Amino acid sequence: MNVLQRILPPRLRPIALFAILSLLPAAVRSPYFLHLMILVLLWVAIGAGWNILAGYAGQVSFGAAAFFGAGAYASGLLAVKAGMSPWWGLAVGPAVAVLLAFPFGALTFPLRGAYFALATLALGEIMRHVATIWESLTEGMVGILILRTFASESPYYYMALALAAASVGCVEWIVRSRLGFYLVSIREDQDAAASIGIPTTRYKMIALSLHALLTGMAGALYMCYMGYIDPKVAFSLHDISIMAILVTIVGGVGTAYGPVLGAFVMVFLQEAFRTGGFGALDAVNKALEWRVLDWAIPYIKQAHVLAFGVLVVIVILAMPNGLLGGWARHKGRKRQAAVCSE
Amino acid sequence: MAILELHSVSKHFGGLKALDDVSLQVEAGETFGLIGPNGSGKTTLFNCVSRCFPLTSGRILLNGRDITRLPTHRVCRLGIGRTFQVVRPLKRMTVLDNVIASALLRARTVAEARTIAEETLEFCGLSAHAGQLARSLPIASRKRLEIARALATQPSVLLLDETAAGLNFTELAEAIDLVRRIRRSGTAILIVEHIMKVIMTLCDRIHVIHHGQTIAEGTPAEVARHRRVVEAYLGASWEAPPESKRHLTS
Amino acid sequence: MDVFLQTLVAGVLKGGLYALIGAGMTLIMGVMRIINLAHGQMMMVAMYITYVCFHYWGLDPYLALFISMPALFLLGVGIQKYTLNPLLKAESLLPENQVLMTVGIGMVLTEVIRFIFTSNYLSVKTGYSDAAFFLGRISFSVALTIAFGIACAITAFLFWLLVKTDLGRSIRAVAQDEEAAALMGIHVERIRSTAMGLGAALAAAAGTLLLPVYYLYPDIGGPFTRRAFIITVLGGLGSTVGAIGGGLVLGLAEAFGATYIGMASEEMVGLIIFLAVLLFLPEGLKRLTRV
Ligand SMILES: Nc1ncnc2c1ncn2[C@@H]1O[C@H](COP(=O)(O)OP(=O)(O)O)[C@@H](O)[C@H]1O
Ligand SMILES: [Mg+2]
Repeated sequence: MNVLQRILPPRLRPIALFAILSLLPAAVRSPYFLHLMILVLLWVAIGAGWNILAGYAGQVSFGAAAFFGAGAYASGLLAVKAGMSPWWGLAVGPAVAVLLAFPFGALTFPLRGAYFALATLALGEIMRHVATIWESLTEGMVGILILRTFASESPYYYMALALAAASVGCVEWIVRSRLGFYLVSIREDQDAAASIGIPTTRYKMIALSLHALLTGMAGALYMCYMGYIDPKVAFSLHDISIMAILVTIVGGVGTAYGPVLGAFVMVFLQEAFRTGGFGALDAVNKALEWRVLDWAIPYIKQAHVLAFGVLVVIVILAMPNGLLGGWARHKGRKRQAAVCSE
Repeated sequence: MAILELHSVSKHFGGLKALDDVSLQVEAGETFGLIGPNGSGKTTLFNCVSRCFPLTSGRILLNGRDITRLPTHRVCRLGIGRTFQVVRPLKRMTVLDNVIASALLRARTVAEARTIAEETLEFCGLSAHAGQLARSLPIASRKRLEIARALATQPSVLLLDETAAGLNFTELAEAIDLVRRIRRSGTAILIVEHIMKVIMTLCDRIHVIHHGQTIAEGTPAEVARHRRVVEAYLGASWEAPPESKRHLTS
Repeated sequence: MDVFLQTLVAGVLKGGLYALIGAGMTLIMGVMRIINLAHGQMMMVAMYITYVCFHYWGLDPYLALFISMPALFLLGVGIQKYTLNPLLKAESLLPENQVLMTVGIGMVLTEVIRFIFTSNYLSVKTGYSDAAFFLGRISFSVALTIAFGIACAITAFLFWLLVKTDLGRSIRAVAQDEEAAALMGIHVERIRSTAMGLGAALAAAAGTLLLPVYYLYPDIGGPFTRRAFIITVLGGLGSTVGAIGGGLVLGLAEAFGATYIGMASEEMVGLIIFLAVLLFLPEGLKRLTRV
């Protein structure tokens, strides 16, 4: 630990991480790997947004999909219906998501208790239904298909990297600013926060807007990159809303770099399950010619959703505050105790 | 001049009249005691003033300005700081961060707030605990943290709700000293306390409520002689109705 | 007029089953203060149990109640004991961990069932599945009518349990004030597990009763979790009577939506109701969420 401390002091670590990630496309030419990395970076942004709202302000959202889908559909519809470049979506998508967040927050924030979390869940579901039913606008289950602007992955990679870096930077800034103190105060005790002059509803609204903004932006970028969405993909409860929570919880709730770690872990774990350890199982099978594996491999690959579910259960049971959160506690670090988790 | 005025304030919870037509005035720089038996509505009165819930009827003025319908955070910005009887520290923040969060109300930057917060902790004798998580504090320090947090908003009226309850002898002396020093700084204080020693030594005037109704107001000496106050505190035992006496003998 | 009455009947019959689902979810909500997002998935498991009973052992679905309900009771108790209760002790930043846990459990249940039974549609066709009788010109599905009767009986039993028995009193005590209940010597953890078990058993009853007139596939849990969720919100988060009312309202709304707007709107109707509650009844809900 001490050696690491000397070679790479904590202040420089984010810069080092950013530098490594910037050089990655030059070093690794595999489009498949870059594809996974783009997903990781998008999840960093979504996780950071969720973290601001839930980890710092304490308002748990089960509705990241609503904002992700809003951003993605805004971008896709601009291209398909208005004939504009889908890149406009990067501006319009987040704007639509925030416009959705405003009335939603105004309705739900005055209510206390489990109510906000439930309403976010419903919001995502409502959006999915609307996108399914309103076929004249959204093409319903057929989905929206656009042509990708670039053939190679790397332009998308850099855009995702910029978004992820901006999101993490945003959280880093928040933690040090008035906003951070106010959000954590609200998380800890809303009435006490109000009694020291914090306009709680306004600040919760700011946190919700940032959640919507970052998630909507990730959704728009996803549309530009993947070129296809349908209501099931864009408004998925499990694959978007729950994944957003998991990314943050795995990494560490209320820590700036938790979502970064969580996104890596979750995306690669999921992919590993889906592909049978990135083909490692198939290779082992070929080498050893075990009958059992012949029979088991299709099942293992099929079971990736099951694995995801089991992962949810294990993560919450074993490390309710995530890898970074738990680690910080073992280290007894005061700095992190300051404004974040402990 | 009165800094805080309550005019005929009532607060009903369903059929229960927790506050019934209470009027009082706190003068600038004054230490004003509010006493009454448990459940007489003192905390409710604080909650009404800091706008935790709407009044049933009545008006509250701060520096002549009507604050009856303002939200809690606006009332705080206008100069009312309060503590909670059941302490409510921001548990998973450090003591210093707790106070920074409230100092930010008047400070323009976090750095400025940090300076105010450090001074406030010093003033309240909490500097040694600054880096500790608030929830790891012992109860006496938590009560002082409540005061520090309220003070850091630089209130013109400070509402203290039983901040001396549950303290031992030395802690009590320290608490009294702290209130004295706050008073010296010119802040008006509205204090609720059960410990008569505290009330009698600190207060300029005392207001007594019972079952949500005013029963007396005056200097400590006047109030201590007041017949209905003694009744309220001792129960109406020395004037018990005949039936209950019969009950006792039979 | 006939169409209207027919729709009314269909809605009420369906609403009776929804009331069972909602009552179970509400019981869990009341005691644990969390929304159980695995509720529909538990019901789905019960439906598969019923399917196995019928298909392999030839057991009538109504008799299968005696297997599916105890089985789900045990499942619920196990889930509470081994996955949810430990969370209450672990110190975590967000209490919503428990809700997330139920999501994970729902996924595991769905995928395990998919693993065993594949994604194919299954159904239980009994002699009375398609039978109907007529009162005037209104037809009553035999299966749904019996189901409605049993649902009413089970609901009545639930009320008796909650109001008259020691167990029921303990459950209500924990729902009202956990700490006070613990001080009075109530074993709070055991009550939690029991409540989760009862909630699961109620969902199981609804699933089993529904099966003769429904079809079955692993993902059927999701839509029913959403229904349970809407019913619970409608009923005011934690009131059993409210949940029964909520179940009837949702059943009726879905039936009328399907008749007068179109089949596709069935699920949308529930969500619109949810929005309406949010917009027009927030005060009522606010009170019931115990602010
Ligand atoms: N939020 C509330 N809801 C219902 N009743 C309340 C509430 N707050 C206080 N009360 C009731 O109002 C009365 C006065 O309480 P309180 O102001 O706490 O008394 P004190 O602080 O003088 O001991 C009590 O009977 C109490 O039960
Ligand atoms: Mg009190």
